[in-house]
Amino acid sequence: MPDAPGLELIAQELNRRFEGSVLGTYYEHEQSALVVNPEHVVDVLGWLRDTPGQEYRFLSSVHGADYLPAEPRFGVHYELLCMARVERLRVKAALADPGGEELPELGSCTHLFPTANFQEREVYDFFGIVFRGHPDLRRIQMPEDYVGWPQRRDFPMGGEPVLFTHNEVETPAWWE
Amino acid sequence: MEIKREKLREFTPLEQPRTAEELRVRQLRARELLSGELEGRDLEAHVEERLLATTLEKALSWARSNAMWPATFGLACCAIEMMAMVGSRYDTARYGAEVFRASPRQADMLILSGRVALKMAPVIRRIYDQMLEPKWVLAMGACSSSGGMFANYAVVQGADKFVPVDIHIPGCPPRPEALMHGILKLQRLIQGNPDLGWRQRYNAIGTEEWARKPPAGSLTPPTGGEPAVGLPTTNGGEASDA
Repeated sequence: MPDAPGLELIAQELNRRFEGSVLGTYYEHEQSALVVNPEHVVDVLGWLRDTPGQEYRFLSSVHGADYLPAEPRFGVHYELLCMARVERLRVKAALADPGGEELPELGSCTHLFPTANFQEREVYDFFGIVFRGHPDLRRIQMPEDYVGWPQRRDFPMGGEPVLFTHNEVETPAWWE
Repeated sequence: MEIKREKLREFTPLEQPRTAEELRVRQLRARELLSGELEGRDLEAHVEERLLATTLEKALSWARSNAMWPATFGLACCAIEMMAMVGSRYDTARYGAEVFRASPRQADMLILSGRVALKMAPVIRRIYDQMLEPKWVLAMGACSSSGGMFANYAVVQGADKFVPVDIHIPGCPPRPEALMHGILKLQRLIQGNPDLGWRQRYNAIGTEEWARKPPAGSLTPPTGGEPAVGLPTTNGGEASDA
């Protein structure tokens, strides 16, 4: 975990290298996070992986998020780990919903971290976030012919209504 | 020569001897039988004690119900209870349901032990189709019976949407005793009514293995859904019909 000043140093260095790449930083509960412009995610991850003194060589997780009322709506979080110093760094990319049938897009970091292959497929599967440059972007957990992005907050929950005593009055004449 | 049969002793079949004296008499008679010394009325009485008259159908369903081999197919956490049921503590070998077969071709019973994911349903259906008839399906636990706590987009809400389920066992998970109770219920079902009846219930008449059309591209020409008895019809036969 880089401390708060360390996080600011990383953010400054990144902004100097890639103009406008870091939009903000979070330091809460001894966890540090960079909020990154989606256009520069791959640059930032590559810099964090290869720069001497940073060397976040292990991508422990990629996950998607949907903050529906908020704007921008989607988030893709990369959890980085430096095995030598045992330091973790979170990189967040916020993506706006293009609306309609279009899907939000983001660069793939598969060439930097091979483990991102399956994890980006999972994010695509559940949130419909397209990773540009991914070698094999298709569904990984849901059936191949599934329609929809089930972990989005506006996706219906599914299942069947169950009759309990507390909602008995709402379904009149259920016994017929 | 007329053979006159009469009931020699008041004996219900397979009756246990009531007193030690009776047991001793039986033992002595069995010994005489083995040494070939039993003759006449005594021999007839001995044989009559050991006979059980029934119909072939009843005997068949009795045999079937006492040798139901489940398919080795664990879906989720219920499978742990299913495995425990086979172990020495619960021991379903007593009911002839302990031989888990790794091939659906050798299995009679499919225990759906756990939630059925949307992606798993076609696999289960395929395994069910591969099993030889007669075959039975047990939905074990709340999840495979109704979806259970998984009321969401990824889980099939009740396995009877795609396979005919004979017995639903409630529980989350059901204890091995409950599963064995379900198996005993299924045995009663088979012994009481050997007709499976699910083809009527699920409107599945014509889906028997022998009535199915061969897949496209196979060597035998399609028989038009008729029972493939004897030789398959050829094009010449169809031409003569027309």
